[in-house]
Amino acid sequence: MTLTQADIDQEIAAEHAAYEKRLADGAPVEHHPRRDYAPYRSSTLRHPQQPPVAIDVAKDPEMVELASPAFGERDITEIDNDLTRHHRAEPIGERITVSGRLLDRSGRPVRGQLVEIWQANSAGRYAHQREQHDAPLDPNFTGVGRTLTDDNGFYRFTTVQPGPYPWRNHVNAWRPAHIHFSLFGSAFTQRLVTQMYFPNDPLFAYDPILQSVTDDAARRRLVATYDHSLSVPEFSLGYHWDIVLDGPSATWIEEGR
Amino acid sequence: MTKIDTSSPESVLPTPSHTVGPFYGYALPFPGGGDIAPLGHPHTITVQGYVYDGEGRPLPDAFVELWGPGPDGRVPDVDGSIRRDPSTGGYLGRNGVEFTGWGRIQTDANGHWYARTLRPGARGRSAPYLSACVFARGLLVHLFTRIYLPEDTAAHATDPLLAGLDPARRDTLIATDDGTGTYRFDIRLQGEGETVFLEFQ
Ligand SMILES: [Fe+3]
Repeated sequence: MTLTQADIDQEIAAEHAAYEKRLADGAPVEHHPRRDYAPYRSSTLRHPQQPPVAIDVAKDPEMVELASPAFGERDITEIDNDLTRHHRAEPIGERITVSGRLLDRSGRPVRGQLVEIWQANSAGRYAHQREQHDAPLDPNFTGVGRTLTDDNGFYRFTTVQPGPYPWRNHVNAWRPAHIHFSLFGSAFTQRLVTQMYFPNDPLFAYDPILQSVTDDAARRRLVATYDHSLSVPEFSLGYHWDIVLDGPSATWIEEGR
Repeated sequence: MTKIDTSSPESVLPTPSHTVGPFYGYALPFPGGGDIAPLGHPHTITVQGYVYDGEGRPLPDAFVELWGPGPDGRVPDVDGSIRRDPSTGGYLGRNGVEFTGWGRIQTDANGHWYARTLRPGARGRSAPYLSACVFARGLLVHLFTRIYLPEDTAAHATDPLLAGLDPARRDTLIATDDGTGTYRFDIRLQGEGETVFLEFQ
């Protein structure tokens, strides 16, 4: 049976309606996707069926998960946050500057912590062995970067605008352009892997991965804002994207939350 | 929308999680990711296992992050897990001397992962354990679990997490001694023998 975009659209709409109904019945806002989101077919056999076991961190401030792995200057090189300088020549594509703050749920900056990114090149091709999309590879672009946040929690990357790419979830499935982000907080409980999107992408509505975030406001938080003040004259266009890490930290306990 | 207004807590809402996707392999894993123990350390343990899906098939496109204290129970605050070489831009590897407590291990084509780290010491009211976080294509939000070691039986009886679990599921958190000097810890994402996963509040 061929799975069409129309089939997936229907499933996405049904999941969205089910969420709206839960909200109307008094259920809490869901900031994260559910792990069992059928329109994203790869989730079918890879989500637990048992509910997670809740751990109240306030009962044990010594918990290992309330500390975080540390990263430092040794773990990055000076140009790791400039993806346009990792090869001999300039990559093809529109240069962009992506910057924002890494915050915890209290709005406090997460300082000196590791931010890792990876992305497709401007043609929508990953420099990945198993990638089967036949768009051209760019010998001057790998698409991997890392940096540490500064004292105000800011990160900054220079890269090229990634292209959208097809995948095999259903017939004519295309991912909107995105940059993958991997983040650490001040506690391991705050670990986050996510994706940043670009404003006004026409593919948003068709993408079951983005739509797995069924809350409309939460989904908008995955989209960067064009920021003219971040654009570098005669060089790049600027996008601002703040990231808020969920999950409790040791500072919550100090505040008695 | 994506400049967060930090003036009031109501406007500081979390960034949603997304799957790591299939194409992280050239970006996140790094050589020696599972060699967390300093070279020749007498308290080194080896932990290995598979990550399985709901049909019992091992996942070749998952990775596990381990995080734990040293044998004295102290959590390290040491960087250098992914040291880079400023001249080549490549990975230098760990220095083999310092213990960072953290590692990232990609499953191989058979869905198998392994790590060498230090035997964790006990902290607070808990029995000794390693914290583990699982990421995979198809997994929309990563999964936390814990690896307890089989010989700590007495401590397990009073561990706040283990003591509260259904006995039938509790053993999914305890590695087995497979007789080869390594510990075996399989992670089952779904179905029979599903691993206990955790949510921190
Ligand atoms: Fe992607």
